[in-house]
Amino acid sequence: MTDQAPATGQAPAIEMRGVNKWFGAFHVLKDINLEITRGERIVICGPSGSGKSTLVRCINRLEEHQEGEIIVDGITLSNDLKNIDQIRSEVGMVFQSFNLFPHLSVLENCTLAPIWVRKTPKAEAEERAMALLERVKIPEQAAKFPGQLSGGQQQRVAIARALAMEPRIMLFDEPTSALDPEMIKEVLDVMVDLAETGMTMICVTHEMGFARQVANRVIFMDEGEIVEQNAPEEFFNHPKNDRTKLFLSQILAH
Amino acid sequence: MTDQMHSPSTWTPKPDRPPPVALTGALGWMRENLFSSWLNAFLTVASIYLLYSVIPPLVDWAFLSAVWEGASRDDCLEASGACWPIIAVRWKQLIYGFYPEVEYWRPILAFGLLIIALYFGLYDKAPGRKYGLWYVCIFPFVAYILLYGGVGGLEYVESARWGGLLLTLALGVTGIAFSIPFGIVLALGRRSELPVISMLCTIFIEFIRGVPLITLLFFGNVMLPLFLPEGMNIDNYLRVAVVVCFFASAYMAEVIRGGLQAIPTGQYEAAAALGLGYWRMMAFIILPQALRVSIPGIVNTSIGLYKDTTLVSLVALFDLFGMGRAINADAKWAALEIEIYTFIAMIFFISCFAMSRYSLWLEQRLARGEQR
Repeated sequence: MTDQAPATGQAPAIEMRGVNKWFGAFHVLKDINLEITRGERIVICGPSGSGKSTLVRCINRLEEHQEGEIIVDGITLSNDLKNIDQIRSEVGMVFQSFNLFPHLSVLENCTLAPIWVRKTPKAEAEERAMALLERVKIPEQAAKFPGQLSGGQQQRVAIARALAMEPRIMLFDEPTSALDPEMIKEVLDVMVDLAETGMTMICVTHEMGFARQVANRVIFMDEGEIVEQNAPEEFFNHPKNDRTKLFLSQILAH
Repeated sequence: MTDQMHSPSTWTPKPDRPPPVALTGALGWMRENLFSSWLNAFLTVASIYLLYSVIPPLVDWAFLSAVWEGASRDDCLEASGACWPIIAVRWKQLIYGFYPEVEYWRPILAFGLLIIALYFGLYDKAPGRKYGLWYVCIFPFVAYILLYGGVGGLEYVESARWGGLLLTLALGVTGIAFSIPFGIVLALGRRSELPVISMLCTIFIEFIRGVPLITLLFFGNVMLPLFLPEGMNIDNYLRVAVVVCFFASAYMAEVIRGGLQAIPTGQYEAAAALGLGYWRMMAFIILPQALRVSIPGIVNTSIGLYKDTTLVSLVALFDLFGMGRAINADAKWAALEIEIYTFIAMIFFISCFAMSRYSLWLEQRLARGEQR
């Protein structure tokens, strides 16, 4: 599929077949078919309201789809709470608005789920959390509360918090959209580092530089449909669909 | 001017300057706060006059012209001030009700245990709090066994003999302590996605909130025994305590529900995305934040409930207020309501003011370090 597509003979990391979803009468996702192999790094872009966030949120069941099938890591998403919790502990998520727990310190944010969901002993969880904070380059903030950190630092903590669960798949829902321009780079740097470790990543983002640098595949969505998908070079240089061309001309104009 | 211009490459931020000096000293403070405008000056003068006309007579009545020693009402006839001997004579009843005097050590011990329980329950930095909280959980049972007796050689003291501050505290502390956990359960239940649970909780809350406490007390006290099988007699105090607990829980539930609604959905989503199930999400993420938001409301409800316990005097229980009314009926000490009610008001004020200060302290303490 691309110059560095991971070669694996295993089952796909995520498989979506004929997925449809409505918010009331509004049809948000229309017949989504998508297969994501392990280690693949996907960037999803599109205008607001195109359903890209909803698509990602369906993967860990923050949104419920009404038709079709979603299989994550071999587990089919259903109303079975046990399945959902299992998938959620395998799939990490980073939100646009960080959603750190404001009443817990940075370190506690990163150790809570490992201790209570994974049953990791506290000392071990703290040690691993510190290693992750080191990796996102803010170990010195461990004892602080989220409210005392800048936006970029908070988002890096959020990445460390998700990684603390040792997920196999990471979802990023517009991780840099709420950040000041000067902080975007520090978050993207962390994401590039993560991409280099071979993590399966699905990022909703408009950072096209990031897409070019790390993505195996770029997906363009509009009106709840996947309009076009291709390797980044092809996607940016030779978009096939008129809608894609228009979108790219708008976001790359500046 | 040109030397102040700088080339873009050598820009350095300007050094910080201290803020401009404000009016200082007592005179400056007064001018700014008390006499800043004609209206303000008028209000200041009017307030001073009001205080002048109230405070000296009050001090005179309560202290200067008051009688402090005496054996009966007659010792006070000469004086124009308060007749405090009534308190000296009656304070035991105001505190203990009709509790047998030889057993006074039991309420005193229970009160001491209560102070220890409050210390561990309310002060999060108390040494050994982990074990302290276990103590807090068993304290109510220990206290009730101590007060009721009937086991381990303790003489049985029926609750009809409890009274005064002892009864007020027993009801108030039980009501507040019970209503917080039960209120949490009701609030979560009302927001539950399971329609049956949500409906049951809503009906309970709305029914209790829609009926005056006094009505519920009469219901519990007078009507409930009619429905119970003959010979089955539930202690009067217990019936009232249950009603008070339910009543407080309904109010507490609504306060806590308000706090729950203040938590952004992002918090639920982040917790869910980490694989935390419903109970862990609630216990570690949602409730700690929701309860913190609800502290002013919780304390407000607690203070209200504590004072509302005086209503039990209308169903033949002699709480602090009911005891005061009973004492007023004593012909030997006639017409001394003001002294007795002043004393009762002081006791209530001390407890309620303490609760209010604790709430302020707790809010500030929890806000520290988490502020943006």
